[in-house]
Amino acid sequence: MDLAFLADTFVALLGGVPMLLQLTAISVSVGAVLAVLLALMRLSGNPLLDYPARGYVFVFRGTPLLVQIFLIYYGLGQFPEIRQSIAWPFLRQPYWCAILALTLNTTAYATEIIRGGILSVPFGQIEAARACGMSRFLIFRRIILPQGLRTALPAYGNEIILMTRATALASVITLMEVTGIASKLVSETFRAIEVFACAGAIYLIINFLISRAVALAERRLSPQAAPRPAAPEPAR
Amino acid sequence: MGYFELMGFGPKGWGLLLAQATLMTIAVSVTAFAIGAVLGGLLAWARLTGGRGIGIAAETYLTVLRGIPDLLVIYLLYFGGSSILTSAMRWLGNDGFVGVNAFAAGAIAVGIISAAYQSEVYRGAFGAVARGEIEAARAVGMGRMLMFRRILAPQILRFAIPGLGNVWQLALKESALISVVGLTEILRQAQVGAGSTRQPFVFFITAALLYLLLSTVSGWGFNRAEAAAMRGVRRA
Repeated sequence: MDLAFLADTFVALLGGVPMLLQLTAISVSVGAVLAVLLALMRLSGNPLLDYPARGYVFVFRGTPLLVQIFLIYYGLGQFPEIRQSIAWPFLRQPYWCAILALTLNTTAYATEIIRGGILSVPFGQIEAARACGMSRFLIFRRIILPQGLRTALPAYGNEIILMTRATALASVITLMEVTGIASKLVSETFRAIEVFACAGAIYLIINFLISRAVALAERRLSPQAAPRPAAPEPAR
Repeated sequence: MGYFELMGFGPKGWGLLLAQATLMTIAVSVTAFAIGAVLGGLLAWARLTGGRGIGIAAETYLTVLRGIPDLLVIYLLYFGGSSILTSAMRWLGNDGFVGVNAFAAGAIAVGIISAAYQSEVYRGAFGAVARGEIEAARAVGMGRMLMFRRILAPQILRFAIPGLGNVWQLALKESALISVVGLTEILRQAQVGAGSTRQPFVFFITAALLYLLLSTVSGWGFNRAEAAAMRGVRRA
């Protein structure tokens, strides 16, 4: 075991962490906003809004993310109209293509998570809000959204972790995040096992921190829940 | 050349190659899913009946494989496996690089990721088997093997079908990542076609459609299987 090499590799790979965090943070936060809109379209009861949202979720959940990334990065450049449009300075860069693909992808998964959360709000609360004379928008803002998001939070935490894993695919279109740097180091040193194991450790640390942060947010957002006593050992 | 001529089975069409690539995607996903079923079953068994040490080991396996990117697992098996193989061959007196088979490395990589998800599905399904049935089987004097074969296994499989459907879809989509180590499945074939015809959008859209087709057909198959397996179960 060559500890000096492992330490050097670890430090070199840490250089990819800011890129990893940017890709995750931008795509998850933009995706969350889009997902709330799509979830509302799904729940609107209007087929003209419901079916496009359904189709979107079906297409983006039914195809591999790598296909979506290639379609945006290599595919869009096929059309002269796009190459001459004002979006081209962005779509030419792998960074923005990766962000676009990751955002569109997470939006589809998050839509279903948020829809589930909204559906879990007890109808009695909405009835009560109506009885108080709240408008539809006020009910949504004060009653439905806060409780729906709170219920959706554990599943959303999983989605954030899946997104940090998914950012590794950006390395395939030349972005130098952790996996990209790892592949480069492997081609220079031929020590695949040590380098990729170091990269794996970085992802594990980041995902551990994210899962702790989500658990903390869950506890903060449910003040009504009394501190639980230590759970008894489950019977085997 | 029109779309259908380009993707057709004529002399200049890519239809035959894409059809072969689709069969390759199916073959590698099914192999990976089967590896995941065996390994996942063992993991679930270890977590349900094993001692503390085995339980912690199984838990660690799940945390690691759900925390690091799938791409990294594929790289680790392919490049790590190749470097082990190369040094083993050098020890035997054979110089030069020896690569592992892309199909084998990819199927094992996707398989061990799938195992992590499948073990959770099997564990949940075991929890859904009524305790009284196990007691009754013991009461009539069934041995452990007989009880597993006649009482537990059929019911675990029945309750696991919906969850296994989801895990299968994941394996199908993860199989696209094996294209990065050169296995000629759908995405790799689409890349080759995109490169030689300079029509990347057309080829990647076709790849996306093929994945949608596979996931829709298999989703329908799992629904049929669920309906058939559940016909004798009364549900709330």
